[in-house]
Amino acid sequence: MTMAAVLAVVPPRFIGQIVDALNVGTELGVVIVLALGSVSFAAAEAITRGFSRYQIINASRRIEYEVRNDLLGHLQTMHLGYFQHQRIGDLMARLTNDLTAVRQMYGFGIVMTASTMMLLVFTVISMIGVSLKLTVLTLLLMPVASGTFWIVGRKVHHKFQELQAQFGAMSTKAQENFSGIRVVKAFSQEEPEIRSFAEVNAEYVRRAVDLAKLNGLIWPAMAFIMGIAVLATLYVGGRDAIEGHLTIGQLVQFIAYQSLIAWPMIALGEITNIFQQGWASLVRLQELFDARASVADPEDAVETPIRGEVELRGVSFAYGQAIVLRDISFKVPAGGSLAIVGATGSGKSSLVNLIPRLFDPQQGDVFIDGIDVRRYRLEALRRAIGYVPQETFLFSVPLRENVGFGAAEPLTDAQLQWAGDVSQLNKDVEDFPARFETMIGERGVTLSGGQKQRTAIARAVAKDPRILILDDALSSVDTYTEAEILRRLRSVMRDRTSIVVAHRISTVKDADEILVLDDGRIVERGSHSELLLRRGRYAQMYRRQLLEEELEVDEERDQHEKRVRAEREVESGGSAPRILRERLGLQD
Amino acid sequence: MGHGHGGGGFVQDDEILGKAYDARLTRRLISYLKPYRREVGLAVGLLFLMSATQIVPPIIAKFIIDSAITPAVSGAIPQAEGFARLAMLGIAYVIVLALASGFRFWQNVLTTSIGQRAMYDLRLQLFRHLQYLSLGFFDRNPVGRLMTRITNDIDALTEMVSRGVVSIFGDLFTLLAVMVVMLLLDVRLALLTFLVIPVLVGITAFFRGMMRDSFRAIRIRLARVNTYLNETLSGMSIVQLFTRERATFAQFDGLNEELYQANRGAVRAMSTFQPSIMFTRAATSAMLFVAGGYWIIQGELTIGTLSAFWLLLEQFFRPILDLAERYNILQAAMASSERVFTLLDTKATIEDPPHPVELEHVRGEVRFDGVSFAYNEPDWVLRDVDFTISAGESVAIVGATGAGKTSIISLISRFYDVQRGRILLDGVDLREMRQREVRRHVGVVLQDPFIFAGTVASNIRLNDTAITDEQVRWAARFVNADTFIDRLPEGYETVVTERGSTLSVGQKQLLAFARAIAFNPEIMLVLDEATSSVDTETERLIQDALQKLMRGRTSIVIAHRLSTIQNVDRIIVLHKGRLVESGSHRDLLAQRGVYHRLYELQYRAHEVAQA
Repeated sequence: MTMAAVLAVVPPRFIGQIVDALNVGTELGVVIVLALGSVSFAAAEAITRGFSRYQIINASRRIEYEVRNDLLGHLQTMHLGYFQHQRIGDLMARLTNDLTAVRQMYGFGIVMTASTMMLLVFTVISMIGVSLKLTVLTLLLMPVASGTFWIVGRKVHHKFQELQAQFGAMSTKAQENFSGIRVVKAFSQEEPEIRSFAEVNAEYVRRAVDLAKLNGLIWPAMAFIMGIAVLATLYVGGRDAIEGHLTIGQLVQFIAYQSLIAWPMIALGEITNIFQQGWASLVRLQELFDARASVADPEDAVETPIRGEVELRGVSFAYGQAIVLRDISFKVPAGGSLAIVGATGSGKSSLVNLIPRLFDPQQGDVFIDGIDVRRYRLEALRRAIGYVPQETFLFSVPLRENVGFGAAEPLTDAQLQWAGDVSQLNKDVEDFPARFETMIGERGVTLSGGQKQRTAIARAVAKDPRILILDDALSSVDTYTEAEILRRLRSVMRDRTSIVVAHRISTVKDADEILVLDDGRIVERGSHSELLLRRGRYAQMYRRQLLEEELEVDEERDQHEKRVRAEREVESGGSAPRILRERLGLQD
Repeated sequence: MGHGHGGGGFVQDDEILGKAYDARLTRRLISYLKPYRREVGLAVGLLFLMSATQIVPPIIAKFIIDSAITPAVSGAIPQAEGFARLAMLGIAYVIVLALASGFRFWQNVLTTSIGQRAMYDLRLQLFRHLQYLSLGFFDRNPVGRLMTRITNDIDALTEMVSRGVVSIFGDLFTLLAVMVVMLLLDVRLALLTFLVIPVLVGITAFFRGMMRDSFRAIRIRLARVNTYLNETLSGMSIVQLFTRERATFAQFDGLNEELYQANRGAVRAMSTFQPSIMFTRAATSAMLFVAGGYWIIQGELTIGTLSAFWLLLEQFFRPILDLAERYNILQAAMASSERVFTLLDTKATIEDPPHPVELEHVRGEVRFDGVSFAYNEPDWVLRDVDFTISAGESVAIVGATGAGKTSIISLISRFYDVQRGRILLDGVDLREMRQREVRRHVGVVLQDPFIFAGTVASNIRLNDTAITDEQVRWAARFVNADTFIDRLPEGYETVVTERGSTLSVGQKQLLAFARAIAFNPEIMLVLDEATSSVDTETERLIQDALQKLMRGRTSIVIAHRLSTIQNVDRIIVLHKGRLVESGSHRDLLAQRGVYHRLYELQYRAHEVAQA
């Protein structure tokens, strides 16, 4: 940068000398030598400037890259509660807009500051060498330019914010309309809606033009002020030249210096803006880094392999003020099975979330193999658990990768087939264009709710976990397929621990123990038959579901028979009522 | 459902990259400038004047040196005369400078306002177009995506119209003016200067290719980074549960690194492009001085002219230095315009007939004639449904979840068209009427009462100014909404926010009732969703209001309350998209069929739970 600045101030001197030489009359050779000198310095300047610019801007890109990586790395350690609190949109805004502002501060901001300062120093020194008077004159006028820029710039900033506010209003209006389009159409409100959008739109345009009036002032004003500086030099310098204090060459040389620093002087205002915005964004990024994960690895982690015994002792848990679990205790031996039922909002999901430490309870303890879960490394703990969440989330990658998401190694075909068989996914996969290599998501196939859930089950099973948790994971699967999945899962889970949250009795009836939750409390517990005998809440649920099943039954039989015919498999040949009875665990 | 596959909505279609220039899109974009022909003409004129005045100062500088300073120094004219000429030329300089600045300012404001107004038109056209697309379109397109089109994409186009296109014209004019003036000042020197043009063309052509590839690579890779980031953040709990942090990070690092490399390419291109142009400028001026010096020595050129050439050179090179930025703006705008126009070209699947049937007087008879309907074939939601509801009759539709009840409501409002069969209103196929006409006679109370930002009153009358304050109050009183409205701080003028967060669910429902009744439709469709969060007092008000709503007009209600189904004239039972039973509450119970089981299951259990 310094070198570029030093090199930059040389060519005008050559030009001044050329003009002077020409003025007094000279040989062409002298002119050529001087011109060549000028060009070589210009070349040297261009190279150094290009090089230093590349170095700094590139460094800023590298910083952007590092910060982006660090942010993701940091966010990955944050607990689930953090993501429920922070909106993804806001996080994304910080990771895009704010990161850009910071990068510009480090890149363009520093390049401009450094080059402006250097250039200013060396140019002014050179200017003084030509004429002190003209230098003082220039230095009086130039700050007017940056000053004007700064003052107008502040007003522009204000107007810009007003424009942004209107942009927000316009977005809100559009969003409201699109979200409420049903009502708009039902009441034939299209025309009034268009009128009211036109109003916000018009106000936006008005503000944009308003801003343009102020913004449009800047460059003409700058050009005017710089022009005046050149004129002042010509006029005052011209008088000096006429009086013989200055040569014409020196005058031209001086004007060359002026044009050299004109742009950097103006840019000073711009630089201030870049630094202001960059700093504000840096603060917003720092906020992300400052957030601490409330669920973290322990200092001295135990390294014993997990067998799968799960125990909760006096656990209470709340989101903020809202208590969702009250004094929950239970124990599932390794290889045992537990089912949890209860109404929506009774705390079932929150309960199972505590086991892989998506949250930590405020009171009580969660043990695995008799050791507090907080004493395991998070990775070791979660590696031992296969989890199928209530809301299925799949990634936009091929199906194979989605299924193998939690496996330490890429899945072998045999493992893939097996996971697909247990989750009853294989039949669907046959219909996909590229089988297990099929891309999932917007750019690939869109899966149905049931297919998504079964993929999620395959994903959890493929991990070969010690503990399997299904959080209402069969809700979008039809009852027939559900029975098939459960039958296969039972053999898979023979020596593993399973915890199943469900609404359907058919899903839970075979569990060793069933918990009935209500408003965060365990209100009933026992095996299926024990609970039926109690004639309580569970028995009531059971009765209702029997009725529901009766409603479904005709359709079920049709579907089932169609399926059997299509596959040309005569598996059981049982009539519908028998299937129903079997599924509900009734013996004749 | 509705979950998973993160990424959605954030950077969709960003892989539409846009060439910097696409004749078809450009022509279409320019058509939006047509209404502003005169302003565009004026702006071009101003541009011309601006370019012209901009190149005058170097010429005056020439005269200052040639006609004032040099003769005075050499003694050809007296010093005083030199000073006087200096002063005169100085004044001329200021005037020209002021004019140039004025033109520039005027032109700036004018072009921005043309761009903004043209894009105002486009934005409004897009909004209007969206208003008339069918609901199926909104089912498929997330709100976020539509928002991006109507805000950010249109902004990119405005940017292009007011900065890109105009600047290109301005640059061309400036280049042209500079060339003309050079020719006027000295033909030989001018032609010599023009020798640099092929060099410049060569340099720009070389870098344009590089920049185009870089910008394109950056755009694709940035989209990938952000899509991945968005998806990972959305699915963070899965990443953590499946201990995929390291693998996810490694993958992200790869994408991030690719983006960095693409940026690096662009930085390298830019850091070579600008210095090479600057160097060319320096070389040109050196050449100028050598040649000019030769001619000065020969006495064929003045120092002033040479200085003027040198100053003009600056103006000659500036537009070329800005080229990269222009290019980027154009490229982004082309991608945006492609997306916007694609949306504009989406055909409405439900359209008004060319010769619509006008109903003089609507009695309110609704008939389904062999109706089959699917949102996505072949997942049939309704299968061959037949029923007639006579004018003034009240009917409840019951069935388990997914039986197709809601679809019936949507179809009568003609939110969707049926695939097979017909729906008739007073014997006229809905498709033979204007949608407006249909919806004027059919009122709907939706499951999720949508509250618009505005006041309580504006939410009842919506934007229909024909509904008087008196009618608004009457409607509110009629559906028992007046009690809670009167208790609000500003009454009917109380401001309610988007999604109605200041109102309770029950209050929102009452407001939706008032809205429906204010429009006084002949046919009333009600989606009566049982809401657990309604207190008993409000629940009583809602039930009472529902009875009043249905009285004296054809009404179809998706009932979840026992009180509602007990009070209707007839009940239609849907099961898996088929009409299975129909009759009065008492008759259907006696049949001991589907309705009986449904009743046991839903309504009785509901009543028991409430008791």
